[in-house]
Amino acid sequence: MDRDDHDITLVVNGSSTLRRVESRMLLSDFLRHELGLAGTHVGCEHGVCGACTILFDGEPVRACLMLAVQANQHEISTIEGLASKDGEYHPLQQAMHDHHGLQCGYCTPGILMTMSAYLRENPSPTEAEVREALSGNLCRCTGYQNIVDAVMAAANRMRV
Amino acid sequence: MKPAAFKYIAATSLAQALALKSEHGDEAKFLAGGQSLIPTMNFRLARPAILIDINGIGDLAGIRPSAQTTRVGALTRYRALQRDPALARQFPLIGEALPHIAHPQIRNRGTIGGNLSHADPASELPAITLALGARFRVQALERERWIEASDFFVGGLTTDLAPDEMLVEIELPLLLPRTGTCFMEIARRKGDFAIAGVAAVVTLDDQDQCSDIRLTLCGVGETPIDASAAAALLSGQVPSEAAVRDVAAAVQAMIDPGGSVHATPDYQRHVAGVLTERALHLAYQRVRHGQG
Repeated sequence: MDRDDHDITLVVNGSSTLRRVESRMLLSDFLRHELGLAGTHVGCEHGVCGACTILFDGEPVRACLMLAVQANQHEISTIEGLASKDGEYHPLQQAMHDHHGLQCGYCTPGILMTMSAYLRENPSPTEAEVREALSGNLCRCTGYQNIVDAVMAAANRMRV
Repeated sequence: MKPAAFKYIAATSLAQALALKSEHGDEAKFLAGGQSLIPTMNFRLARPAILIDINGIGDLAGIRPSAQTTRVGALTRYRALQRDPALARQFPLIGEALPHIAHPQIRNRGTIGGNLSHADPASELPAITLALGARFRVQALERERWIEASDFFVGGLTTDLAPDEMLVEIELPLLLPRTGTCFMEIARRKGDFAIAGVAAVVTLDDQDQCSDIRLTLCGVGETPIDASAAAALLSGQVPSEAAVRDVAAAVQAMIDPGGSVHATPDYQRHVAGVLTERALHLAYQRVRHGQG
């Protein structure tokens, strides 16, 4: 079969970009290999682990379960865009640091993208709700407790 | 893991999507939420030659209530179902089942029509639509027909859809007055495939006797299982514990779960029985306490 290429324009972390992609390229691979945004991690590549979670038009999705070509005319946010332009951490990033919410860090970008969107919509979650919201992101190091603590602390700080 | 090569076409209208499917048949797949299709393509279990992306066809999404029914567009995402307060009020069974479907990130993309067309027997919505007596509007290029949920799921991952057809809309009849519902599921982890799941829809007459019962299961066979005939033991009765236990035993006798490394068929049968008892009991309590 001939290569099936498509021109796509999309906005990534606020910047518009135009690229040619093969239709079978996954969005996760596009972000990492074509745009050099290797902060989006790739774990299972079939939608189970959550490491590749990004925001697609503001909502958390698995980048490994979308095609790059589907991002045409859409807006994407990745971990590289989470801190402010001057380098100040997002409150959730700071809280993960403060509460030792990561060890190897492989799952962390996916968790930060998932939970930053979650806190935007749910500013005052209970601990049980935070655990439910985290259920789509696997972490094999922390046992989750410190991640939950960090999210609760970030929620407190963001409400002030 | 990367998909094999394919040709991608973003359809801009339903007519275009149906024309493409009519031309290419089984060689082509519709891409809706992609939350089951893309993983199977990543594993190369599926290698469609052509992907017809229907995400740009706005008319296919949306929830349209009317006096007797609610119609849900096939491209409506789980997230939209979860956030519709009228739907949650009218069909608490759906609201109770949705949190069991994978995870928030998946629910942001996955669609009701994609789920039903994929027809995974462990999935919740096939059993839910069966319990609610839904029917499905199906279109081909110059044809349209309605399929009852009870005729739609014909085998493992197999539906009654012809190669040129698309499921475009789901019609849910409103619950009868004095109806209580309950969905329960056991999975190894939150969001995993069901070891067994049970949906119960119980309608009572004014003596609190069961006048109509629908009971369906997921995860315990090649298709969603309609066990309403087993539950009919309760018709005309106030359901006693013994009678509900008899229904559970009848359900256990009629199912033939496949088992897996995580759950033997006997264990699945056991779980199906326990959930049947609990779900029927709770659905009944909910009518009596007016909680639907």
